[in-house]
Amino acid sequence: MNVALFVTCLADHYFAEAGADAVRLLRHLGCEVAFPEAQTCCGQPAWNAGATAEAARMARHTVDVLADSEAVVLPSGSCATMVRKFYPRVVGGGRAAEGAELAARTFELGEFIVHRLGVTRLGDGLAGRRVAVHQGCHALRELRLETEPAVLLEGAGAEVVPWEAADECCGFGGLFSVKMPAVSAAMADRKLDGLPEVDWVVSGDPGCLLQLDGRNRAPGGSGVEFVHLATALWRGVGAHAD
Amino acid sequence: MRTRISEYAARSEAFVRDEPEVREAVSGATRVFDEKRRRAYGEVDAEAWRRWAERVKNHLLTHLDDYLAEAEARLEANGARVHWAGDAAEAREIVLSLAARLPAASVVKGKSMLTEEIGLNPALERAGIEVRETDLGEYILQLLEEPPSHIVGPAIHKSLRQVRDLFAERLGTAPGSDPDDLARAARDVLRDAFMNADMGITGGNFLVAETGTVALIENEGNIRLATSLPRVHVALVGIEKLLPRMSDLAGFLQLTSRAATGQPVGTFVSLIQGPATRPGDDGPEEVHVVLVDNGRTDVLRHEHAWEALRCVRCGACLNTCPVYRQTGGHAYGWVYSGPIGSILDPGLLGLHEAMPLPFASSLCGACADACPVRIPIPELLLAWRREARQQGLTPWRDRVALAGLAAVASRPGLYRVAGRTGTRIGGTALARRLPMLGEWSRDRAPPRPSPRTFREIWREGIE
Repeated sequence: MNVALFVTCLADHYFAEAGADAVRLLRHLGCEVAFPEAQTCCGQPAWNAGATAEAARMARHTVDVLADSEAVVLPSGSCATMVRKFYPRVVGGGRAAEGAELAARTFELGEFIVHRLGVTRLGDGLAGRRVAVHQGCHALRELRLETEPAVLLEGAGAEVVPWEAADECCGFGGLFSVKMPAVSAAMADRKLDGLPEVDWVVSGDPGCLLQLDGRNRAPGGSGVEFVHLATALWRGVGAHAD
Repeated sequence: MRTRISEYAARSEAFVRDEPEVREAVSGATRVFDEKRRRAYGEVDAEAWRRWAERVKNHLLTHLDDYLAEAEARLEANGARVHWAGDAAEAREIVLSLAARLPAASVVKGKSMLTEEIGLNPALERAGIEVRETDLGEYILQLLEEPPSHIVGPAIHKSLRQVRDLFAERLGTAPGSDPDDLARAARDVLRDAFMNADMGITGGNFLVAETGTVALIENEGNIRLATSLPRVHVALVGIEKLLPRMSDLAGFLQLTSRAATGQPVGTFVSLIQGPATRPGDDGPEEVHVVLVDNGRTDVLRHEHAWEALRCVRCGACLNTCPVYRQTGGHAYGWVYSGPIGSILDPGLLGLHEAMPLPFASSLCGACADACPVRIPIPELLLAWRREARQQGLTPWRDRVALAGLAAVASRPGLYRVAGRTGTRIGGTALARRLPMLGEWSRDRAPPRPSPRTFREIWREGIE
């Protein structure tokens, strides 16, 4: 299958290796991966701020850039939701059909592997590793990806440890995190306070990982590592040197 | 209507930083409510119930004029008196004139957010009438002269320690009293109030149009007493609280109870059909129902916000909201707080007055999953945000920043350079002095940019 990677702003700059791991993983699973280099931002910050014209401008750019591929895969549940759920409405300007067309072939990484490739067994590279899953809100409640990350991690040999607050918001929320920093940080603390003993916290959302990691590295944090799903799963394949 | 909504950002931040006891009490109580709600939903086909309830309320709201006329006719036929209040001032005036006619020296009240909305208590007190809140939480807050912070648990922001201190000082209870002792002390005070009151004032969870029945759900029995002991009962009901048929009520009583407290149904359900008609009958001599609009028909006309009128005031969205859990309800600055307040207040008060509540959310969507009538709260938050932007109510800095983002994101070359520069600055001391990066770094370690961007890695080739 021909796949275009939509790496997203945050992964491009803060989880670049996770982006590369997503490429490795998809190739390993038999996909031809392209990276249309003119891609930029999906427009979610503008859409969530009510700035429809700006969001439409970014969405139209994205629609143009991602025109040629069987499927578009994002290492971000939140940005995948923006395209999948909102693009049909956002794009506008007589091009709503193109937005809907792109939305229909857009997937979050874990979702793509489980539902489009039909793969749940990746290897045993994560054997002996204890992980907790942070469910990004958009992937969980807009795309209804409830079990996919855990299924894949277990399919890579990891022990997924239940986390009572797994489905609660980390407090990132894009601009929310800088508009209301104390509340946002308190939301992260609430999650981190209940974190079980694990080696990694894994999430498919760069924004959530930045938030939780940033808060955890503030004074008083623990030594747990915050790892992107793509990196965790590629490690799980185990076919490469660690 | 004067509110403190515009101070939302500063006050919520202050609550988190300066009042850990509030946060502790609120997040503990809401988590318990939320867990009970989840369990109670799990016992039934909650999805089917919620879809049904959504349909019933949508039908009601799209035929509201007919059902209001039917409700009025049935209530009058039952011997109740119906009053129409277009706004808060009219509603207060109606209650004041009913009280003056008796004349009433004292009233007992059941918990009612609508009476908070219209500012009824201060108006009654100014008229020299003694007002006693009889819900335990509301009674506590009345002693403290504080407004409720939660739709169902008005005093959930108070710790046991605070209530213990309050009652020791005001009611003379022993310093180490347990919750049962405290409730008993309040009951002694409230019993006298019930026996002496000339008028009982309540809200109404539902008003069945078909039969003219006001339905009230509670757990303490105080509403049962407030509606039956005094000579006159006045129920204030928002016009959106109607249900078409009696057969709808059974479902709504159960669904609302499950959503609010996780109970199959509240401990007490009172169905008020009208006054006592024969000597020896129970109940008050007069029943008055005040149907209050106060901005609701404006909300009903709104392209998106009308869906918020399905709300049954169960508080499930507050309980599950990660933002509300950290700040409690007072930060929101008006009667309706949490997710439902953030979409309802702009409709009832006007968007300008309710800014920045539509932005008081990370858009996590937990509220929409909890809502028993499936109000698409995140969608409505987005709709208000779009309107705020159109009306120029968002901060100019945000408008400039987003216009800049859109301009940069439409030029891949510029985007590449800007992205690289931005992330490099993010890790430096300069970041703390810049907007957004500064706020980010105040409570978090600075973000760690990747040594090379994905773009750079891709160009070099990924093995």
